[in-house]
Amino acid sequence: MPDLLARDSPIGLRVEVDERLARVELRRQVGHLERELATLFTEAFGRVELDYRVAAMAAEPRILDLGDLERLRDELAERVADARLSLRERARFETANRELVRRMLASPADFKWVQVSRDDLGLPGCGHWHSRPRLGPIGMLMGWWRVKISSGCPLAGRLAAVEQEAKASQASGAG
Amino acid sequence: MSRGAAESKIGWEPAPEQGWVAPHIAAEFPGLGIAWVELDAHPGRSPEPVRRRLRDLSDRFYGAQAIHMRERPIPWAYRVFYRQIGLDPDRNRTPIEQLAFDRIREGEFKSHGLPADALTVAIVETGVALRAFDADRLEGGLCIRDSAPGESLPGRAGELAQGTLTVADGQGPVALLFGVTGKGYEVEPESRRLAIAAVQVKGVPHIAVDEALWMATTTVETGRS
Repeated sequence: MPDLLARDSPIGLRVEVDERLARVELRRQVGHLERELATLFTEAFGRVELDYRVAAMAAEPRILDLGDLERLRDELAERVADARLSLRERARFETANRELVRRMLASPADFKWVQVSRDDLGLPGCGHWHSRPRLGPIGMLMGWWRVKISSGCPLAGRLAAVEQEAKASQASGAG
Repeated sequence: MSRGAAESKIGWEPAPEQGWVAPHIAAEFPGLGIAWVELDAHPGRSPEPVRRRLRDLSDRFYGAQAIHMRERPIPWAYRVFYRQIGLDPDRNRTPIEQLAFDRIREGEFKSHGLPADALTVAIVETGVALRAFDADRLEGGLCIRDSAPGESLPGRAGELAQGTLTVADGQGPVALLFGVTGKGYEVEPESRRLAIAAVQVKGVPHIAVDEALWMATTTVETGRS
């Protein structure tokens, strides 16, 4: 009888769980999310600030347990979701600005003094579209509005000349 | 036939040796490995051909490459592995990302003498994580294993937390995996023999590891000749 009782006790039903496969699966997910985050990071670079950092799970390298891996996976997933949202919002903003430029070009007088930069459209380099009057005050009075497209980034030579000029004026001021 | 033997057949000397990975770590991280080559060396200022090579490398490496680097398969594989072992690759940068960061910050790949320049050339060209040890201090082959209770890293106060992943030799840990090197195992100006080790992770092909070791070795040999 004691043997029977011992056999039917819950201790006999204990099952060893191998968590290794779960860890392997979580590591696979971490790798996938890391790749996605890397893609979003490069896509966003120069357009929108992303919070892509996920703090270290350990001070020194070690085999992470299931809990740590789950936390890491969740944090990466959160960063990816936030990054996607930020990029979607940015894309919406850029699309709206592209539409604005299109309407400005079609009807400059309806967008007096409005200025849209290339950065606002997600384009590289300098420059902007600016709705302004032809011939200054006369154009303002006559309603002669146009969109002026700036010629881009200042040339290196011009920047150097400005720097030289600034240095010269500083030197003369000091003298 | 081991890979090392295969390499020696096609004439590359010294052929890389394969270290072992503790079985339970290998089971957790398939694809993890360590290979190394030993060679004579005279650490010191890099000769002109090596410094010229660094300059050429600097001219070929721009900010855009640094930004897109984490999308490339090998740098990505190391980033993922860093995450998987609990490190933050944006704080504790992978070797290739650290070099890219330094290149952008300093405007060039600065020469730090041999063997550091040889490692820079090989890491930037291949993306593989390399490190150098003073081979005369190593006892037996290199391996990747976790620290046992009571073990410590030479030159560092306190014991390593049990389970810390290390690069070890026959005596004990010589470095943290992707971390600091133990005191006495770094390459010093008086070191006469080097061990250049490559840590391979899942996603890094064998051929890239061999290429990295070959490139580092030939660059060190350029300085010796």
